[in-house]
Amino acid sequence: MTKKALLDLSFIEIRAKLLEVAAFLDRLDRAEGDTDFRIASFRQAIKELSEPEAGRVRRILELLSDPTLEPVEAASGKSAAGAWPEFKD
Amino acid sequence: MRYIEPHAHMVSRTTNDYTAMVTAGCRAVCEPAFWAGFDRSSAKGFYDYFCQLTEYEPRRAALFGLPHFCWLCINPKEAENVALAGEVIAMIPEFLGRGNVLGIGEIGLNKNTRNEMKILEKHVELAVAHDQLILVHTPHLEDKLKGTRLIVDLLKSHPGVRPERVIIDHVEEHTASIALDAGFWAGITLYPDSKCTPARAVDILETHGMERLWLNSACDWGVSDPLAVPKAAMEMRRRGHSDDEIDRLIYENPRAFLSQCPRFRID
Ligand SMILES: [Zn+2]
Repeated sequence: MTKKALLDLSFIEIRAKLLEVAAFLDRLDRAEGDTDFRIASFRQAIKELSEPEAGRVRRILELLSDPTLEPVEAASGKSAAGAWPEFKD
Repeated sequence: MRYIEPHAHMVSRTTNDYTAMVTAGCRAVCEPAFWAGFDRSSAKGFYDYFCQLTEYEPRRAALFGLPHFCWLCINPKEAENVALAGEVIAMIPEFLGRGNVLGIGEIGLNKNTRNEMKILEKHVELAVAHDQLILVHTPHLEDKLKGTRLIVDLLKSHPGVRPERVIIDHVEEHTASIALDAGFWAGITLYPDSKCTPARAVDILETHGMERLWLNSACDWGVSDPLAVPKAAMEMRRRGHSDDEIDRLIYENPRAFLSQCPRFRID
């Protein structure tokens, strides 16, 4: 598939998704209170979008992952948050 | 178009879903044992669930002309209770001879705890002792990368495990090669909000190749789509993949893996 064909197929759909991200960040600014670790890693992930090399999805998923290797003693709950709570810029 | 749905939790789905799947070309559905959305209060709850998977659900599927198979285990979300998990695992062998049982699954990890690891190991020993296929669930979101690494290390260190008889499910861009490079099969799960979309799934197979890969909807009681596999086939077609390539990925690949269990017969 050519770049032109891919753009013809997907540009409008992906443009809409980009606007959703921007609108979400504006909405978050208007909301009261503090953000948490999720948005810290999210902002870092957004920077990955501007990197020139392919592999952006993998690198973003890694940014949003627990990078440690030791099993934990016990879990506080069953669910996942979508980002690693101990993430630091 | 024909396809196999290798991972679907049909006990949570409606008869309309059966109709839609069969209409879309589904030729067999495989149902791993999983979490019900709440913790069962005793091993008896699992006994009833295993009866549902091996007796009632195949009868319900047969009403739509769809062969139904299943996998048995205590899922990782309930494996934190080691005593309960031990009782459930002890009960599994009496079900392994039933006509639609494919193997042990979906075992694996959820929050990557020591107890989950212990129970995963017990399941692997059970599978090896009974020469069963293994279907592995990898954790969600931020826990997936670590969980996949721990699971693959555990499986590789067990001398009785043959990688070609194990599928590591719910892989994404950051975990697909961890499973595939170690010789295991890998499953891509198509979910609207988490895991993979059809477009990203097709990206993964365009970059990794189609060998030892399958697609599934993992449809259950949460946000999920029982037609996700045929929709991914549409995405492949949109991008210029041939009918043969589509058939290989969504029919021949799962058939090749599942046929390692002599009970998996669909034609
Ligand atoms: Zn599942």
